[in-house]
Amino acid sequence: MKDFRVTPIRNGTVIDHIDCGMALKVLRIIGVTGENVRSTVSVLMHVPSKKAGWKDVVKVEDRELDPKEVDKIALISPRATINIIRDFNVAEKYKVKLPELVRGIVRCGNPSCITNLAEPVESEFTVESQNPSVLRCIYCDRILEDISEHII
Amino acid sequence: MNGFKGSDVVSIRDISKERIERILDLSEKMIPYANGQKFTKALEGHILANLFFEPSTRTRLSFESAMVRLGGRAIEITYPAMASVAKGETLADTIRMVESYSDVIVLRHPHEGSARLAAHFSSKPVINAGDGAGQHPTQTLLDLFTIRREKGKIEGMHIVMVGDLKYGRTAHSLAEALSLFGAELTFVAPQNLQMPKETVKEVEKLGNKPKLISKIEDVIPKADVLYVTRIQRERFPDPSEYLKVASSYRIDKNLLREAKKDLIVMHPLPRIDEIAPEVDSTPHARYFQQAFNGVPVRMALLLLVLGAEANEGF
Repeated sequence: MKDFRVTPIRNGTVIDHIDCGMALKVLRIIGVTGENVRSTVSVLMHVPSKKAGWKDVVKVEDRELDPKEVDKIALISPRATINIIRDFNVAEKYKVKLPELVRGIVRCGNPSCITNLAEPVESEFTVESQNPSVLRCIYCDRILEDISEHII
Repeated sequence: MNGFKGSDVVSIRDISKERIERILDLSEKMIPYANGQKFTKALEGHILANLFFEPSTRTRLSFESAMVRLGGRAIEITYPAMASVAKGETLADTIRMVESYSDVIVLRHPHEGSARLAAHFSSKPVINAGDGAGQHPTQTLLDLFTIRREKGKIEGMHIVMVGDLKYGRTAHSLAEALSLFGAELTFVAPQNLQMPKETVKEVEKLGNKPKLISKIEDVIPKADVLYVTRIQRERFPDPSEYLKVASSYRIDKNLLREAKKDLIVMHPLPRIDEIAPEVDSTPHARYFQQAFNGVPVRMALLLLVLGAEANEGF
């Protein structure tokens, strides 16, 4: 089933190989909440994947993602690939990859961590593992559990 | 050659084994100054700011004593007189204010990560004196120092840690540091308070094979050091269960009958009833010595972070 039942897009971003079940979280990360959509967004859930059995795919027309959004996707779906489409051609294609330090995109899950108080700092985590994502808060030293629930 | 000057002391993990050894060596030299036999003005003109957002006796006093013994002065803001904090000032702002009044900041705070945050905002060295359930590196250093001083070395010593090993993060830091120095470890705790898997893994990574047991009697004859921590009542929903557990881990003369002659008993204090007062007069008791050791260890640390250890040829 090569044809995904959704036509190719002219300009925009195709986020492919999203972990099955994570598409709606990806939409939240890229700010697609419903009312603010100005161009076509296609969501495919549970489609066959050559690599990993099943996957989700999100296509956003007329928009290219910024690096912070890509980092957030890497957190919840470390095998995802980003395809930037310009004039029906794949202009750029890359795998998401977490930086060594993750700054300001997730908050610490430890309610007693100083970063959860009104202090003028961004949260910061060292990445102990890429797949699955394991993050350790540089402030309180705790491992962040349930990452997708703590994305800012 | 220092490399230490200006360093923050936030977590024991940040300090290399070589640096820890250097701190312990210098602590040894500080003993006659710490007990008033010798005098020094190595830190004359320097100011330490004791910033305690939580009540503390030993840590605050021993830092102050360490600074004064070195010829410096200590200023302090202690709970609950934190006027500006009560008005809602952020820790970041408090730190930026205090650093302009002092040369080194000692911080105790109820929230984890606060010392790292303070270090981020302060250009002066910050020493973590306990951040919530987080780190308390000077306690670990003085524990290491006490063992090395009392037993001559840490490597190969059989150290039995007993009590609440799950929630006390200082117990986790100590276990990791002891492994770094090649001690043999046994963790004794009821199942619900046993050392967390994560710490056991860290300890194993350092080449140690710790034993995890629940009965203290079995291990007493083989122990060189018995490190006792407090079991907190609030960890048990049922008060009778607490009493049962607490009494089964209580250290008394009877339990120590089978102990090696030179076994030492340590405790970070305050103790409630986990060590019977009758143990105080036995040759095993070292917890008050351990509390005293907080002074020379903190003196060494202050000299190193202020780059003054060479001032008087220490």
